Amino acid sequence: MANLSVTNLTKKFGRTVAVSKLSLEVKSGKITVLLGPTGAGKTTTLRCVAGLEKPDEGEIKIDGVLINDLPPKDRDMAFVFQSFSLYPRYTVFENIASPLRIRGFSKEEIDKKVREVAKLLHIEQLLDRKPIFISGGEMQRVAIARSLVREPKVFLLDEPLTNLDAKIREEMRTELKRLQVESGATFFYATPDQAEALSMADWVAIIKNGHLMQEGAPAEIYHQPRNLFVADLVGSPGMNFIPTIMEGTNLNVGPGCFSLSLKKEIVQAVQEKLSSTQVYFQVYLGIRPEDILISHERKEGFYPGEVEVIESLGLLQIIRLRINHHFIRVRSEEKNHFNIGEQIFFNFKENKLHIFDRQTEERIW
Amino acid sequence: MSSVRVEHLSKKFGKVEAVKEVSFQVEEGEFIVLLGPSGCGKTTTLRCIAGLEVPDSGRIFFDQEDVTLLGPSARNIAFVFQLYALYPHLSVYDNVAFPLRAEGLPKKEVEKRTEEVLKLLQIDEIKHQKPRKLTGGQKQRVALGRAIVRRPRVFLLDEPLSNIDAKLREITRGELKKLQRSIKATTIYVTHDQVEAMTMADKIIVMNFGNIQQIGSPHEVYHYPANLFVARFIGSPGMNFIPGELLQREKLGVVINDSYFIPLEEEQIQIIEEKDISRKVILGVRPENIRLTEEDIEGAIKAEVYVFEPLGAENVATFRINEHLVKAVLPGDMYLSPGEIVNLHFKEIRVFDARSEKLIA
Repeated sequence: MANLSVTNLTKKFGRTVAVSKLSLEVKSGKITVLLGPTGAGKTTTLRCVAGLEKPDEGEIKIDGVLINDLPPKDRDMAFVFQSFSLYPRYTVFENIASPLRIRGFSKEEIDKKVREVAKLLHIEQLLDRKPIFISGGEMQRVAIARSLVREPKVFLLDEPLTNLDAKIREEMRTELKRLQVESGATFFYATPDQAEALSMADWVAIIKNGHLMQEGAPAEIYHQPRNLFVADLVGSPGMNFIPTIMEGTNLNVGPGCFSLSLKKEIVQAVQEKLSSTQVYFQVYLGIRPEDILISHERKEGFYPGEVEVIESLGLLQIIRLRINHHFIRVRSEEKNHFNIGEQIFFNFKENKLHIFDRQTEERIW
Repeated sequence: MSSVRVEHLSKKFGKVEAVKEVSFQVEEGEFIVLLGPSGCGKTTTLRCIAGLEVPDSGRIFFDQEDVTLLGPSARNIAFVFQLYALYPHLSVYDNVAFPLRAEGLPKKEVEKRTEEVLKLLQIDEIKHQKPRKLTGGQKQRVALGRAIVRRPRVFLLDEPLSNIDAKLREITRGELKKLQRSIKATTIYVTHDQVEAMTMADKIIVMNFGNIQQIGSPHEVYHYPANLFVARFIGSPGMNFIPGELLQREKLGVVINDSYFIPLEEEQIQIIEEKDISRKVILGVRPENIRLTEEDIEGAIKAEVYVFEPLGAENVATFRINEHLVKAVLPGDMYLSPGEIVNLHFKEIRVFDARSEKLIA
């Protein structure tokens, strides 16, 4: 296992800049997740690391050794792709064994290693079958087993779960994480799925249009998003944003829907960050669905809203509330019964409010 | 809009029985979801209703009319694959009017019906714009407008949200349900995503291996899953299972690992006492119904943290109880580390027959 570092990586295709001055560290024995929407530059980054693309600028190092000019086969990395391909004529065993055969391992060693990795991925019972007789989820496990069997320095996983059914995806998430923890492997994992990123990662790097937007531990990304893009991308359902005008200690939410008054310390902090003497600022008020309190009765400090949609998820429900021409989503428990069209009352947890500059989209509180 | 009735529908492809004796009823204006993993027969069922496949046996009715052998165009259905596929070079108005023009309706009629639909979906103000200028929600309304302008009897949707990104899908779900309600469209919707099914359906039909596993409201399939398959498939993560035995102490309960006793509710005890069932059962518990508790509390189950997955608003922990793994959904501010020993409390447990895998109580 090894530390991988990417410094100032830039890759262009014609006039399109796929990756721009990207720097990040992939720590040995950890899962580092590259999170971003389609076209953000995730695959290009992984391909540069694997040696499948030549960077225009920047350095790729393994344990401090520059590997930019090393051909892919000498980098000792395993690449797991979104669309997995197995040899259809081979059994599962032979598929998993193929990288070891190429490297000239003995028959006993191959047998031992294949069975070990098959056990780890719960596919021991499939070893004698051909790929067409196993399910999509099982095929992906076989593909992962084939990469894992030879213990490379770094695993590069490019959306390995994207093509699977929702249910298998969710189960594989836990499996992969367990596998990584037990084997101590180094994972560099690209995904557009924020739940996959938060749940699996030790470290998350978020990219957009080839640029690094934020990196940090999952909890930090979730609770202290640096800007609107990150705040919106992470969390399900996502953070609510309402255009708001900030005047002194007063937040005119909507504007014109309702007003909130802020603590002095928040106002001071915001003013310092803006280094502005303006009387009012245009901001977005951000609040996560789980940080909104709701009630049938009007209470002190609560504001009215109309229930527009109720989405049940079992014990949990997501309620979409209309406030004039805005809507916000609220997480609530099934036992609190609400009706569509009903007027209810809500309040925001004050210490959970976020404020974003509408111009720069940076978070200022 | 019509009601739909499917009776004893079966369809084979070669030796593979894709759909076996499937029967269900969709009321007028109802939103039903056919839910199941790849290969469960949901899409084949939908394609038979659309007239794109001819069933080997069974009948399909729209209201009282037998449509089993009618071609797709004679059924007057709207089949939507992707909600965002619009003609990019046409305006909103022309996109919606397109199916009517293709049918060769008189100009006046096209105009009248298009305007009606634009108003209904509240997209009349943007009718001169091109699709690329629209938000995701607006595009979806236009796609829906194009589907309903022909006044179909039934809406058939085959994984319409699978190709859009997660964020948009989340918003689209709510929008789609609201629109379906407002136009009271009879809707049959196919998906493998239980979240889509739970959040949108009036009624969910869970399928596996060509068979119907359960038909019920989202509340029913979540709280009273008919069997282990449904229990595992519904919920995120799905229900946990641990083999156990029924045992009578001061109350009837389930013993797991020969050591932990979890008492049953009164109604469950009544059901079990009325039936003649074997002692071997499978205990089911939803991850949301597992809580951490103190060691000395009765029924506390000792467990080791195995995998911990933070999700922001909540965290999912996988625990090891001897050789069994269970997942729990914990509050977002509760962090645990692998290896830690904790005590668990199970709420609202379910009991399944160990052999038939069916829900007992």
